[in-house]
Amino acid sequence: MPSTVVVRRFIKPAVFLACLAPLALLILHAFNIGGDLGANPVEKIQDTCGQWGLRFLLITLAATPVRDWFDAPWVIMLRRMLGLFGFFYVLLHFLNWLILDQGLYWSGVLADIAKRPFITIGFAALLLLIPLAATSTKGMMRRLAKRWKSLHRLIYPIAILGVWHYWWQVKADIREPLLYASILAVLLGWRMWKARRTRTVRAVAS
Amino acid sequence: MKIRPGYSAAIQPSDITAESVYLDRRRLLQAALAAGVTGLGASWPADATSGGVPLTYKRNDTYSLGEPPNQFEDITTYNNYYEFGIDKSEPAANSDRFKPTPWSVTVAGEAERTGKFALEDLLKPHALEERVYRLRCVEAWSMVIPWVGVPLGDVLKQFKPTSKAKFVAFKTVLRPSEMPGQSVDVLRWPYVEGLRIDEAMHPLALLAVGLYGKTLPNQNGAPLRLVTPWKYGFKGIKSIVEIRFTEKMPPTSWNISAPREYGFYANVNPQVDHPRWSQARERKIGGGVFASRVPTLMFNGYEKEVASLYQGLDLAKNY
Repeated sequence: MPSTVVVRRFIKPAVFLACLAPLALLILHAFNIGGDLGANPVEKIQDTCGQWGLRFLLITLAATPVRDWFDAPWVIMLRRMLGLFGFFYVLLHFLNWLILDQGLYWSGVLADIAKRPFITIGFAALLLLIPLAATSTKGMMRRLAKRWKSLHRLIYPIAILGVWHYWWQVKADIREPLLYASILAVLLGWRMWKARRTRTVRAVAS
Repeated sequence: MKIRPGYSAAIQPSDITAESVYLDRRRLLQAALAAGVTGLGASWPADATSGGVPLTYKRNDTYSLGEPPNQFEDITTYNNYYEFGIDKSEPAANSDRFKPTPWSVTVAGEAERTGKFALEDLLKPHALEERVYRLRCVEAWSMVIPWVGVPLGDVLKQFKPTSKAKFVAFKTVLRPSEMPGQSVDVLRWPYVEGLRIDEAMHPLALLAVGLYGKTLPNQNGAPLRLVTPWKYGFKGIKSIVEIRFTEKMPPTSWNISAPREYGFYANVNPQVDHPRWSQARERKIGGGVFASRVPTLMFNGYEKEVASLYQGLDLAKNY
């Protein structure tokens, strides 16, 4: 188990840089360095940011089980950063859609959010992420005390909305959204199983 | 992250010959071919395109857009051709093994002349034309493509369809060994499409054999594909091996896959949205990151030519 100092000084900055890699790659490719964004760059940015947003949400949800399975409590020290990167990529995904794809064509944007269920749920997921990102500081944690934990349980429905949003968007090939859904099912299923076991143990003890 | 289907691990040609060497060799061959053929109507700079054998054709200005076409690279690396993979870059990457020659087409159904025809014989009576059409994908993007081909109606008339021929059905070749995407059950293979006979006979409907003055690259549907520019791109069935005249409306692949989302007609219509996204505006490929979407035109801009085909038809119901 690495010491807190090692995690803070080395592991965390390294993970931080790694989390920026997808964005860095997009920027390099936008300037045709080491690759390009293809015939439809706006769609490429859209897909890449959306995928990484979802991946980081799942990685964040994996922190607790990974801690338990591998006896690695230090992983929790990375969780807030991972979650914020999830929000960051989801926000880029949304801004790319709003600005580059839709060109701030408001009537179209509002109609899409209202009328297209897959956009509605994606937008809902983004809105729900905002209070989590805003209350991710130590000060907010202290101020909200017990309510902080309940508030941050929102991450479960957000992740479900995120996978659902992806599933609904694909035309026919559901293999990839299915993979995300399976991973999410394991991450949430494990939590339910653990919660039930804890209740049973408590019931037996009392 | 794309889940790759289990492609065969057999030795690929690319394992033996470095791609650059292979490409150079191909270019040399093509240069030799081009030098040997005279009287070309080649209006495109030779270095704008690669692959394919140069074709002799005449530009049809009546049926060509005044807009500059998309770059060859965009047209040949951004493809929806699920037989070679789902991702739009996969058809270009996975279609090397596909052999478009020799090729024959089976003609069947309600016609006097049916049978199996070599592609050369099918095309021989007709002069090749170049037509610059806009292709509007159901995914709300569009490209301008300089096709080379022959009017579908002219080819169909050769077979003398009978009065029972109300529709024309098309089928793509089924070759899982050369088309890795056919090993994945994303759609039911082989791909099938169809047109009403009057749609098929419309002068805009084209059987394409080339683009940018040369034979079609594999990823664009070599050696023979349908182009119906007033309809969404998925109607443009590729690598056609069967043409069948039928009395009943034939099944079509995307309609089988998702009947609520894709109809038989699939006419481009900005007023009739896809259930999950708007069709009112489209992204023009090649505009770069800062180009905004443009309004989609009724029948993809071919309203004057084709609107009469659909008089009295409720286009919202018959999407």
